[in-house]
Amino acid sequence: MDSVIHSVLLVAVMAGVTAFLRFLPFLIFSKSTPKFVLYLGEVLPYAIMAMLVIYCLKGISFAERPYGLPELLSVAGVAALHKWRHNTLLSILGGTILYMALLRLM
Amino acid sequence: MRQRALKKAFTDTLPVMAGYLVLGLGFGILLRDKGYSALWALLMSVTIYGGSMQYVGVDLLAGGASLLSAAMLTLMVNARHIFYGISMVDKYRDMGKAKPYLIFALTDETYSLVCRPDAPGGTSPRAYYFLVSFLDQCYWIAGSVLGGLLGSVLPFDTTGVDFAMTALFTVIFVEQWEKADTHLPALIGLGISVICLVIFGADQFLIPAMAGIALCLFLFRRQITKGGAARG
Repeated sequence: MDSVIHSVLLVAVMAGVTAFLRFLPFLIFSKSTPKFVLYLGEVLPYAIMAMLVIYCLKGISFAERPYGLPELLSVAGVAALHKWRHNTLLSILGGTILYMALLRLM
Repeated sequence: MRQRALKKAFTDTLPVMAGYLVLGLGFGILLRDKGYSALWALLMSVTIYGGSMQYVGVDLLAGGASLLSAAMLTLMVNARHIFYGISMVDKYRDMGKAKPYLIFALTDETYSLVCRPDAPGGTSPRAYYFLVSFLDQCYWIAGSVLGGLLGSVLPFDTTGVDFAMTALFTVIFVEQWEKADTHLPALIGLGISVICLVIFGADQFLIPAMAGIALCLFLFRRQITKGGAARG
């Protein structure tokens, strides 16, 4: 029973801290939005999307087979497909199928 | 009006559906393997609602971590959410009753959809933002509970389906790249993240990367605003 209570408390802590981080900016800038926040709001999405792509790729290892090739080739494939057709679903579906195929082939 | 928002939100969240169902499934299975039933998956996906944190959480639960170390680890893993909040403060200003939920549900994937300029595309912003956030969480809950119920007895090999998430971020990156007047913010994000990954390693690069990105965005503020990057 004690361990169940401890587990519930652990979940509560993780939930509480996550919510705190998500609400923090809104609490700090609740009255008006300062200029530097407006500026960050405009430019951050461009920088963060790059950060998220890298975040997704952080686990790849260049030292051993398949040297991160499935990931890098698939990301390049998604980008090329999207530049070509500009169809979001097609790009994501095509890239994911390519990745799954490369994982099994390489 | 509402129906159009639902249709657009559903179409836009399809890639997230693919990713969340698979990642959620993996999370539910992992949790079950450690002796926690689908009920725990449900509890965590409803209250925490954060992919990578919940994966870390499985180890915390199974290892009986202390509350303090759980709090510290959550702070480090999820610090990037502060950035999402900062860039949505103005967009979410007039969201009325839905606002607390919109903020609570701001995951990586939901952020990547709602941060796009003119994301609602002519539909009601309030309805659109809410539906995107809500649908995404439904996918996540469905995936994780299903994983907890099924365990590891899946009829087919899904290895690699979670690449849908990487693909989604890549697509949005390409779209933003094409719309931007200057690529400096995107290049700063890319460059600093790669440099920090090399220096600090996979588990610790996010926070230094965030600090570096913020610093560079301010250092190059004049160049960036002169190019009108941000009008997007």
